[in-house]
Amino acid sequence: MKRSPIAIVGLGVLVLVVIILPFTATNYLLRLTTIAFMYIALASSWNIVGGFIGYPSFATAAFFGIGAYASGILRGASSLPLPATWLFGAAAATLFSLLVGPAILRLRGHYFAVASLVLAAVLREITNAATTLTGGGMGLNLPAVGAINVDVQTRLYYVSMLVAAALTIGLATLIWRSRLGWAMRCIEQNEDAAIVLGVNTLATKILGFAASAATAGLVGAIYATWIGYIDPTDAFDDLLSVKPIIMAFIGGVGTIFGPVAGAIIFLVLEEFVWRNVLNFHAGILGIIIVALLVFMPGGIGSIGRGIEKLRAYGRAGRTSDISGAAPPVVPS
Amino acid sequence: MVDLLKASGLCGGYGDVQVLHDVALTVKAGEIVCLIGSNGAGKTTLLRVLSGMAKSTAGSILFADQDLRGLPAQEIVRRGIAHVPEGRRLFAGMTVRENLLMGSYLRGDGRAVINKDLDFVLATFPKLAERLHQDASTLSGGEQQMCAIGRGLMANPTLLMIDELSLGLSPKLVGELSKALTEINRAGQSILLVEQDVATALRLASTGFVLDTGRIVLSGPSNELVANPSVREAYLGMTAA
Repeated sequence: MKRSPIAIVGLGVLVLVVIILPFTATNYLLRLTTIAFMYIALASSWNIVGGFIGYPSFATAAFFGIGAYASGILRGASSLPLPATWLFGAAAATLFSLLVGPAILRLRGHYFAVASLVLAAVLREITNAATTLTGGGMGLNLPAVGAINVDVQTRLYYVSMLVAAALTIGLATLIWRSRLGWAMRCIEQNEDAAIVLGVNTLATKILGFAASAATAGLVGAIYATWIGYIDPTDAFDDLLSVKPIIMAFIGGVGTIFGPVAGAIIFLVLEEFVWRNVLNFHAGILGIIIVALLVFMPGGIGSIGRGIEKLRAYGRAGRTSDISGAAPPVVPS
Repeated sequence: MVDLLKASGLCGGYGDVQVLHDVALTVKAGEIVCLIGSNGAGKTTLLRVLSGMAKSTAGSILFADQDLRGLPAQEIVRRGIAHVPEGRRLFAGMTVRENLLMGSYLRGDGRAVINKDLDFVLATFPKLAERLHQDASTLSGGEQQMCAIGRGLMANPTLLMIDELSLGLSPKLVGELSKALTEINRAGQSILLVEQDVATALRLASTGFVLDTGRIVLSGPSNELVANPSVREAYLGMTAA
């Protein structure tokens, strides 16, 4: 594939900024960038199921929470190195996806969406009830990482989330370019036609679901040690399922770059609104999101079309012919 | 000629609704067989049962002497039955070439062989060659049907099943497609054709089966069916003299 020089330069600058930041930036900015990496990973993770396969998944929170709790519990019970506990979290989320995937991936459309949404709710209740293992509603405190100071810790999680985001984008790209990616695109377009061509649609969907689970689980695991404390409402928060969808929609669903750009735009908006309109931030953010989705239904790539649409509304208002259609020809 | 596909006593449908009742149908190697019948007779359901898309409850589907009944769709494709579904069902957002190549999704033989088949499809449907790198959704109805048939051929099937060849197409296009199918058949391709346009179907095929409310009510060589008074009256709109 050919890339434009602008894209290469842009990517180069981005890589440079990411490398330089830990040496120059304040802890606040680093923390914000770490959240950006987390959002990028979650949006790209959702995109594998929601974008490539076209299945509206609300399971991100379930995967995230399992990753967080599995790694958190293991960390409390053992002295394994951090990355090992994180991988354990990712593995637990993957295992969970392989257990429920074959059942709920037979459902289509809204039915699948609801089934995937319920997963986090059920897990939240189970986590609440399993007090001895998870601490229940009291939450789970994770031991801090050795005796290192705040500056080093901030940079440790900066790098870790960066790696998680890179792994997720890498995995998504790998899938997108492979035979599996083609099968997913076919399912997204027309599942029956895909079956007719011999695509094993259930297996394809399960693999995509598992890839999404592994990456979201890894992010959840890193998040748990980063924050140092998790509780059921936080780790299985439904917003963790909803936000990645919004990000992917902002940037462009079903592309590699879309969720990345969308996650950054979303974070900037979220942070900006949060800092400036503290007592109505959720409302303002909601309005912005609705406006973005109305005028850029295909993500930022379609902003031209959105402006065109606005102009068309303007024209329709000025002229008497609102429909824009030619008047019917009356045969004489 | 050898029986390529031999379905017998086939019952099936969707959920609790039984559509097919004791259906028997044979396709001999190298021939074009048409399946005709009115709307809702069960033609599409029969194709879906044969390709593993819909469930059958009884009977057998012998294909090259092996029973296919109950096998998953991808296994049936692998054994050599390609199904061109009703309404084309191309993949929008993919080029014509990518759509065609998706037809060879399960094939393990190398790129060279697949490219040779692609050349054959493009030689059969030169219009597709002109539109090779266009999004499949920008094709006209006739071109979409060509692309769908081409995609079926790309599976290198022993039996090609086409559902509603002429649906929504002009008579001129139907004529073009019929010519192409005859050519493909001469090259050795066995074809099972589902068609509402009975005149076209019987002209193309050497053998015909008439399906009515899920039962085969009549079958035989096309020329006999054309002459059959009940076929003429029910499907060709001619009253018996």
